[in-house]
Amino acid sequence: MPQSRPQDPELARRNRRVALGAAVVVGGMLGLSFAAVPLYTLFCAVTGYGGTPMIGGPGAPGAAADARMITVRFSANTHPGLPWRFQPGQNSMQVKPGEEALAFYTAASQSGGPSTGISTYNVTPEIAGPFFHKVHCFCFDEQTLAAGQQAEMPISFWVDPKIAENPETRDIRTITLNYTFFRTLADAERAGAIAKAGPHVGRASDATPVGAGNGPSPRSVP
Amino acid sequence: MATASHTHDDHGHGHHDHTPGFVARWFFSTNHKDIGILYIIFAVLAAFVGVGLSLLMRMELQSPGMQIFADGQAWNVAVTAHGVVMVFYVIMPALIGGFGNYFVPIMIGAPDMAFPRLNNISFWLLVPALMLAVGSLFVGGAGTGWTLYPPLSNSTYQSGMGLDMALFSLHLAGASSILGAANFITTIFNMRAPGMTLHKMPLFVWGMLVTAFLLLLSVPVLGGAITMLITDRNFGTAFFDPAGGGDPVLFQHLFWFFGHPEVYIMILPGFGIISHVLSTFSRKPIFGYLGMAYAMVAIGVVGFVVWAHHMFTSGISVDTRAYFMAATMIIAVPTGIKIFSWIATIWGGSITFKTPMLFALGFIFLFTMGGVTGVKLANASIDVILHNTYYVVAHFHYVLSLGAVFSIYAGFYYWIGKMSGKQYPERWGQIHFWLTFIGVNLTFFPMHFLGAQGMPRRYPDYPDAFAGWNLVASLGAYVSVASFLVFIYVCFRTLMGSEKAAANPWGEGATTLEWQVSSPPPFHTFDELPRIR
Repeated sequence: MPQSRPQDPELARRNRRVALGAAVVVGGMLGLSFAAVPLYTLFCAVTGYGGTPMIGGPGAPGAAADARMITVRFSANTHPGLPWRFQPGQNSMQVKPGEEALAFYTAASQSGGPSTGISTYNVTPEIAGPFFHKVHCFCFDEQTLAAGQQAEMPISFWVDPKIAENPETRDIRTITLNYTFFRTLADAERAGAIAKAGPHVGRASDATPVGAGNGPSPRSVP
Repeated sequence: MATASHTHDDHGHGHHDHTPGFVARWFFSTNHKDIGILYIIFAVLAAFVGVGLSLLMRMELQSPGMQIFADGQAWNVAVTAHGVVMVFYVIMPALIGGFGNYFVPIMIGAPDMAFPRLNNISFWLLVPALMLAVGSLFVGGAGTGWTLYPPLSNSTYQSGMGLDMALFSLHLAGASSILGAANFITTIFNMRAPGMTLHKMPLFVWGMLVTAFLLLLSVPVLGGAITMLITDRNFGTAFFDPAGGGDPVLFQHLFWFFGHPEVYIMILPGFGIISHVLSTFSRKPIFGYLGMAYAMVAIGVVGFVVWAHHMFTSGISVDTRAYFMAATMIIAVPTGIKIFSWIATIWGGSITFKTPMLFALGFIFLFTMGGVTGVKLANASIDVILHNTYYVVAHFHYVLSLGAVFSIYAGFYYWIGKMSGKQYPERWGQIHFWLTFIGVNLTFFPMHFLGAQGMPRRYPDYPDAFAGWNLVASLGAYVSVASFLVFIYVCFRTLMGSEKAAANPWGEGATTLEWQVSSPPPFHTFDELPRIR
């Protein structure tokens, strides 16, 4: 081994200190990259960024006398991995800001056995997120349907009257509420629907890309 | 700039210059100069892989239809491997590990790096990393592009172990970079010779210092992101899978929080080299030294807050896009300071057009061109049209393939005499420059047209309408590959040749400390620390 020449101990001490500082920075950034996972969700939940509705807030304050009606439209997507027919019970409804409203989605399982799904959700336009409050929603929990079962899935919500005061949102007349149902990972694993290693890249023309669900239109499932 | 009082010009090759035996010297090396040379050899070898893949890709794209690759997956595997190899195993080892290790300690008058043994580990981590990256090609490969976006990188769509190997390869390369960065920071902060204040440091050292900080702050984030990807793929977690509560866009944020500083990591050392070369061959001190140094610091700082300009089409809100667009354009300010200071440096200078100078001038031209298309792409509204087209491919090859690589070549010709003790053949150097300059421009300039016409990236086939410019680009690629072979020939001629390099072959323009020691420098460069006046 080539021997590097002996270092002055004072220099070695200073070097170790800088290296320690560098190690702390690296550890900190690594920690931050993992902390980004909950922080990312938290950021959206708190700010309504990206059309994330408000959850767990105060109850509906009651309709303001002069409030202008807002149209809420309902949209539904289903990931191809989940054998459900999932669609809104109504295309749209008129709500008065400040007043709690109730709407339904219907889901019908086309599977031969029980299946469990969970949905993600947001609203558009995205800047309406901070003003859209969900009180109860099927999307807060996993939903399980037995073979062939059909279920009504309720959601209650209210639109904050402040939406008419904010200069960026006061022109909004229509808010679209969207859900995408996915099969839960645990259920997919149980049903053997998770794709594991295997040479299916390339020949898998049946592997529909994520997010290609066709909205409320029914999907035929073999 | 700084001049050293000659405490060391009585270097006979005395007792301190006995070198260890071959195995001890090259395999267990702790000497910064030997490790630097190992890095450069490594980069040249890896370049054969990277250049070979790009040759295959241009052969495929030469005409419409499928020629070489079996399917889209095979094509994407080649695209990914080309990108990963060029970024992590060619440009970074050459600029940071190679020139950085060799010249940073000499330029600041330090006897060696602060942690010589760590330096050895940094290099040897790269060897298995490259083996994993190349090995992954033979077990299915990673058909994701170097950006590794899920869901394409999920086990559903990339089921083989090829992608896992590529991810581990990135882990090792990242660990190597982090250790190297910590070493550079410690060396530059603690081991400067007496009198070498931060504001007297050569600009290459400044570039390396900023680069090291960028590495330290960004690479761990890549490490975190690809660790989550590995657990998503293999251990049933759902960091990036909406079915389990994750979000694939989060991966894009994490990746580009690393990826954007990464592009500056690849160019900042090059900025330093270009400054030295221009100053040397214009026989003038660099114009606006302090502005140049702090422009690099500013590029490094702002580079951390612009990452989402890679994600304008990922569904981020209008206000967010407006911010990232404005912040991105701000980077053009310090970059402009550098470009104009370089021009002011050569202005009125006594210029000699030696090969390093040609590459440096070529760098200014090409990097500015890539910078201009970068400002265009920074517009969120225009990017919606140009995103993932060949316009982007043209842009980043102008700043990297042409910018960073030209700076590597400039550094190579500038310093090869110093490193090997043999001077390169000037005529062949000039042939190499002109062949490279013509080849790369012929390859990448037509890609602007293809992109503006809407040809998308990452496809092995295209409609007939794009055939003309693709043929031109492929012909250019053949010229570029030929120029790479000329470069190999130049290396061969240099090392086999007999023309000894003087301690300072460049004359009065070359003022940094490496020109005051012999060529090649003695095994232990400075027996006594030089004193900087």
